[in-house]
Amino acid sequence: MIKYIIDNNLIHEEYVKYYTNASFIVSPDFSFNDGLFSGFNQETGKYNKATWTTMKDEAGIPVRDYTLQDPQCVYQMLKKHYERYSLDVVSSVTGVSKEDLLTVYKAYGATGAPDKAGTECYALGWTHHTVGSQNIRCMSIIQLLLGNMGIAGGGINALRGEPNVQGSTDHAILYNILPGYLKMPTPSLQTLAEYNEKYTTKSSDPMSANWYQNYPKYSVSFLKAVFGETATPEDEFGYSWLPKMEDGKAYSIMHLFDVMLTGKVEGFVCWAANCAVSTPNSNKVRNALQKLKWMVNVNIFDNETASFWKGPGVNPANVDTECFLLPGCPTIEKQGSQANSGRLIQWAYQAANPPGDALSDGDIMMRIMDEIRALYAKEGGASPEPILNLKWDYRDAQGKFDAVKCARQIAGHYTKDVIIEDAVKGTKEVNLKGENVPGFPKLMADGSTSSGNWLCAGTFDQKGVNLMQRRGKDDPTGLGLYLNWAYAWPMNRRVIYNRASCDLNGKPYNPKRKLLEWVGDKWVGDVADGGWPPMANKEKGKYPFIMKADGVGSVFGPGMVEGPFSEHYEPMEGPLEKHPLSSRRTNPAVTIFKSEFDKFANADAKFPYVCTTYSATEHWCTGFTRWQPWLLEAMPEAYIEISEKLAGELGLKNGERVKVSSVRGSTTCVAMVTKRMTPFKVEGKTVHEVGMPFNYGWLWPEGTKDDATNLLTPSVGCPNTFCPEFKAFMVNITKA
Amino acid sequence: MKGLELVKLIDLSRCTACRGCQIACKQWNNLPASKTNNFGSYQNPPDLQWNTWTLIRFQEIEGQNNKVKWLFRKDGCMHCTDAACIKVCPTQALYHTEFGSVAVDYDRCIGCKACITACPFDVPRYDSVTNKIYKCDLCYSRLKANQPPACVQSCPTGALQIGAKDEMIAKAYKRAQELGDGATVYGDKYVDGTHVIYVLPQKAAVYEKLPDRPEVPAPILVWKDVLKPLGLIATGGVIGAAIVHYVTHGPKAPIEDNSNDQGGAV
Repeated sequence: MIKYIIDNNLIHEEYVKYYTNASFIVSPDFSFNDGLFSGFNQETGKYNKATWTTMKDEAGIPVRDYTLQDPQCVYQMLKKHYERYSLDVVSSVTGVSKEDLLTVYKAYGATGAPDKAGTECYALGWTHHTVGSQNIRCMSIIQLLLGNMGIAGGGINALRGEPNVQGSTDHAILYNILPGYLKMPTPSLQTLAEYNEKYTTKSSDPMSANWYQNYPKYSVSFLKAVFGETATPEDEFGYSWLPKMEDGKAYSIMHLFDVMLTGKVEGFVCWAANCAVSTPNSNKVRNALQKLKWMVNVNIFDNETASFWKGPGVNPANVDTECFLLPGCPTIEKQGSQANSGRLIQWAYQAANPPGDALSDGDIMMRIMDEIRALYAKEGGASPEPILNLKWDYRDAQGKFDAVKCARQIAGHYTKDVIIEDAVKGTKEVNLKGENVPGFPKLMADGSTSSGNWLCAGTFDQKGVNLMQRRGKDDPTGLGLYLNWAYAWPMNRRVIYNRASCDLNGKPYNPKRKLLEWVGDKWVGDVADGGWPPMANKEKGKYPFIMKADGVGSVFGPGMVEGPFSEHYEPMEGPLEKHPLSSRRTNPAVTIFKSEFDKFANADAKFPYVCTTYSATEHWCTGFTRWQPWLLEAMPEAYIEISEKLAGELGLKNGERVKVSSVRGSTTCVAMVTKRMTPFKVEGKTVHEVGMPFNYGWLWPEGTKDDATNLLTPSVGCPNTFCPEFKAFMVNITKA
Repeated sequence: MKGLELVKLIDLSRCTACRGCQIACKQWNNLPASKTNNFGSYQNPPDLQWNTWTLIRFQEIEGQNNKVKWLFRKDGCMHCTDAACIKVCPTQALYHTEFGSVAVDYDRCIGCKACITACPFDVPRYDSVTNKIYKCDLCYSRLKANQPPACVQSCPTGALQIGAKDEMIAKAYKRAQELGDGATVYGDKYVDGTHVIYVLPQKAAVYEKLPDRPEVPAPILVWKDVLKPLGLIATGGVIGAAIVHYVTHGPKAPIEDNSNDQGGAV
């Protein structure tokens, strides 16, 4: 599609020139050859990204060619990179007909018109690959070329699920970030000053807002929120008390089980997860669990992880792991905030009390941590400060976890009276100790403010009103922004980078759908991405992509692990022996684990069918909905969807039971023979694809003979995120 | 909704087969789940049951250029104006509500199954444990409280709507016209108009278990218009039921038992 857009000149030219780095000049040392970008180390399997840079002049300002004609400019390099992806090649590699490809290219390419919008909504179908992040990255390039970022009806939109994916990511459920996407400290950054220096971005370009120059304000406010009064400048606000992640190491769920398998992990707290079903290569996971001394599970039902010690092929007498199952409660039995795909944080209320002994996550955490703190207070220990200095007062008058108190701490407040006087303007701003900070521009790096997550600063207004509870239905823009409904981070902005919806003079590219407009001396419409004037104002104007150091969208994206442009690589297991375009069949930067369970069977006659996985609508993730009789009635057991052609070749009838196996494991299920699956041709070869849901396991329903689909999948994933490759691997199918 | 003749509009072009309606129906009406098996389909339970009053039927067809279409149809009571079940019911257990829907008075039902034979849409189901028939009553309890039926309430896409009869019919025709490509409206022209109306993206004949031209079976007309007025049921429902059974026992045999343990067995 990128090639089609360039070849047919469908780009939004002004946008591409001024709002992206397409005009930047790429380092002459950068190259791409036979599937590899410059800087690849064959031994470590990692890239040195030193050559993935763009040129700067003596003043440190990016060198640009606004004609986009310089052969070293990003636009021309992009054109050259994607030249190989002709319609014939893409059709042959993907199995999609040229006619269908063209239909999509034409329809989507048409959104490059300045007054047209195109949006990309994606979910796990794009991310569950060893090239998952590059799939999204590829679409980002397309969106920038067509001028579809920062506009009404545009963007790259991850469809966040019910498990509050957006909220949990914002609040750092991932191992490599702190709340608000702050970076995780490492041992090489021994002091707060070193840490802040490394992650505070720099720009010499006066037109770049370079918002991350404010990084220390957010990191210090975060430390103040975590450690409260004990966080002082003398103690670097407690920076040394934060856990550190080893430099260059990853700690994803796949890494965790790889280490657990070696017996190096003593205890495991498995909170609201069912890893024995959800994590790839379930046999590896279930063997690793047996190496633990103890395991604590928090869930609303028993599951295959909590009961791994009595699972298929496991003799409980041989398992020494001491297991605990604590009854938790789902979202409807507690109150709190939930964030959706649009970063809209809505307050959700408790609808029912948890049954029996069940407690909310907050209450369970409070109780466990109380015991831990008491032990540290009594016995000391190697490093008691992080535990004992923790600010830990999130209880209500009844002693129960108080979600509002916690949310208020996340939002942030002034830790002392802050009075800001402006003699020139003659203004005096009085902020009293304890008042909520009304937004992150007010956060400070001197300890006078506290905020658990800078992005959430503003979710409570200065008077303490919870804006996440707002339910205003007025929408003067007519675009569905609803600015008075709940609160969207950052700063209640509904479309980020919204200044890119206007031309250099601040006039909307689509006058019929005005997201934002520069009127007189201010922006009108959505909450503008910074109040600076549009770019035509050479003195005060700023570029629209304010979170990027250069202020523009990255067509050339050196932040990625495996290359600044996206490149096609085959899955770790696929039907092809060779990459159709290069000698690098798979993503060069992928991490391969070395345990006995980590086996692959590429282009192997023993496992001839491509398998993909997904969720049934009726079930939630690993299927705790299996305990709900109505949902179980509607979708009672595991199945595999097979084309009529393949069923014919295998002699299978619809509804017959089959055994599905990969080189790593096997399971059984019902064959669902369907017209919806059809064989397709890849590189002239007929490929049969089958699909299985991942919602089932051995524990329930009673008497089930089937087990988890993830017994089949490999522990390998995208090297940027370590999101596993659940969407493509090879299997065989026989009658059960 | 009070004081209105209502129509529930099912716009199948907007149905994603999430089956929220199927579950919401069970929840509101306190209907237990059956033990089912996957029989090679997303459809489950496999058919309407005494404890399944609405069901999404799944069907795959090959359209033009071998493009496969996956059709979803929400099945359930059509709430006929000329309702064969009401005509044939010897005990007046089945009756028209003030909204035009067809409800059941379970205290009156004697389990004669006459309605099962009579229904042109094959909707009522018999439960041998309670010896009664069961079917959708358009959530009469909710309508009386000015609330939409549970299925409509649960629908996330707007495929299900409820409102004044004329307004819904007009909406249906407008939508069918918008869709074009052979889309049709189904329901308003049969049995003096049903109170459930479909917008069908395909011709009616394409859909499984949807009668192309539903009508009240002829023998029932004999019963209703000739025999019933003669007062033959004066001695009560039992004899009446026997006569009904005799009159209506045509080529289509009633399902003898559709109780819990049988549902969904494949």
